[in-house]
Amino acid sequence: MSSPDKIDVRYVAHLARMHLADGEVARLQPQLEQIVGYVQQLGELNVEGIEPTAHAIPVQNVFRADEVRPCLDHDAAMQNAPLAREGQFIVPKIIE
Amino acid sequence: MNYIANVGLEVHVQLKTRTKIFCGCPTTFGAPPNTHVCPVCLGYPGAMPAMNAEAIRLTVLSGLMLGCQINPASKMDRKNYYYPDMPKNYQISQYDQPLCLGGGIEITLADGSKKKIGLTRIHIEEDVGKNMHFTASSGIDFNRAGTPLMEIVTEPDIASADEAMAFLEALKEILAYGGVSDVNLEEGNLRCDVNSSVRPAGQEKLGTKTELKNMNTFKGVHRALSYEIARQISELEKGGRIRQETRRWDDLAGVTLAMRSKEEAHDYRYFPEPDLLPIVLTQAQVTEWAKALPELPEKRRARMMSDYGIPEYDAGVLSADKALADYFEATATLVKNPKAASNWIMTTVMAKLTELHLTIGEVKITPAQLAKLINLVEAKTINLPTAKEIFELMFAQGGDAGEIVKAKGLAQVSDAGAIEKIVDEAIAANPKVVADYKGGKEASFKFLVGQVMKLSKGKANPALANELLKKKLG
Repeated sequence: MSSPDKIDVRYVAHLARMHLADGEVARLQPQLEQIVGYVQQLGELNVEGIEPTAHAIPVQNVFRADEVRPCLDHDAAMQNAPLAREGQFIVPKIIE
Repeated sequence: MNYIANVGLEVHVQLKTRTKIFCGCPTTFGAPPNTHVCPVCLGYPGAMPAMNAEAIRLTVLSGLMLGCQINPASKMDRKNYYYPDMPKNYQISQYDQPLCLGGGIEITLADGSKKKIGLTRIHIEEDVGKNMHFTASSGIDFNRAGTPLMEIVTEPDIASADEAMAFLEALKEILAYGGVSDVNLEEGNLRCDVNSSVRPAGQEKLGTKTELKNMNTFKGVHRALSYEIARQISELEKGGRIRQETRRWDDLAGVTLAMRSKEEAHDYRYFPEPDLLPIVLTQAQVTEWAKALPELPEKRRARMMSDYGIPEYDAGVLSADKALADYFEATATLVKNPKAASNWIMTTVMAKLTELHLTIGEVKITPAQLAKLINLVEAKTINLPTAKEIFELMFAQGGDAGEIVKAKGLAQVSDAGAIEKIVDEAIAANPKVVADYKGGKEASFKFLVGQVMKLSKGKANPALANELLKKKLG
């Protein structure tokens, strides 16, 4: 496989909700490309006839019975909330 | 120019499980905010999801009822995006290996013809939290986060608002029959996104589509879609073009409005969910589950028509709800005339349910008790007005119709001698009316029948009273 396409660092940072200074973008650009390029070495392997897998271990169908378990106490659930009101987590106004 | 609309629906249905899809928090509706939450559904770092087996079984059952292929190998994926109602910043869903593929529902069009609306797929995913809006902030309740949903995606086969409505009603009926969802719209058990486009007749390629998000009433879907199809056509006729966008239905104003457009297209970066293992369904497992499948509405309608000799209309009304159909069949098998059972249930019983906001399951009269009442009428032991009175009593307190008739002395008088006496009385007491009748006034006869019924305290056999009165007035 060829070298990675040029990574749009600003776009990737936006997807991760990170704010980067111009200097940081310049520094991260070659670093990210190096990392992705390293992983892309895998593309050199011949995987013909090998089924894609989403997991490294051959285990499937791990299920839980539909039985109610205790929930968190409401006060405990809210204790990390920076802001709360009427039992709810308060966030900046959502505009649709 | 003629235009053709192509509409596809993405219907989110809440599965009828006791607990959430990845944790043991209950799914019961209406709890105070953030009381049905735990580290898993609040998205705490390190908390591990565990798949609810029942969510899989109910989705597979749905797939079987909707004619889908059950995917032998399925997996969960992460769909990444930021929104305050989703604590993990990703939703666990299914991307390229959903549980069910294909399938469809046959709907009946206004002209009576049938049309198949194809399904693309059904996948399972977790619901998000609920937002509440205050003046300067928004509040989040995570009770609903992690509720198991199946998303049923249709092909763009729907051509009008009426067809969309027919599809949703048929879908709701089937899912309720199968007991896979409560399909309670008020509680948000069924919500849908509506994708629609229009194209000039003769053009093969579909037009640009718009998406209406999160519709939660069928009437809303119908109104919004009627508006949206007309809007797109008029836009094209003016020489304009349709923008691919998400629109919102404003129910008060009766219009769809473009939502603030996102700066860039969605980039969900789906990847396999590392915390959940693949789902492999064997044919044996699916066959075992399929044993729980009920007879579907369409089939039941046809069977009820042939088993009980009731008209198509009756069968349609009675089969729309599984519990109602069960009630009817239990009653119908115990009466001599099943059509009478159908009449009683469709009019008297259903009127009561509507009046008192009850479901058939809450009715105190058992099918056996109702059948007895109907048989008393059929045997002419009591007349219909008396039967309705007894029904009222039974509806309030239950009980046996025969015993109520005995206790209250309500048995119909079919003894010609006794009725004759009453007829004589009525004639004697109303000489002027009798004279009017003899002079040709037909309405006077009805009055006299009424007098006979009144004097008999409603117990006279009306047909016999009619007959005797006619004879006497000769």
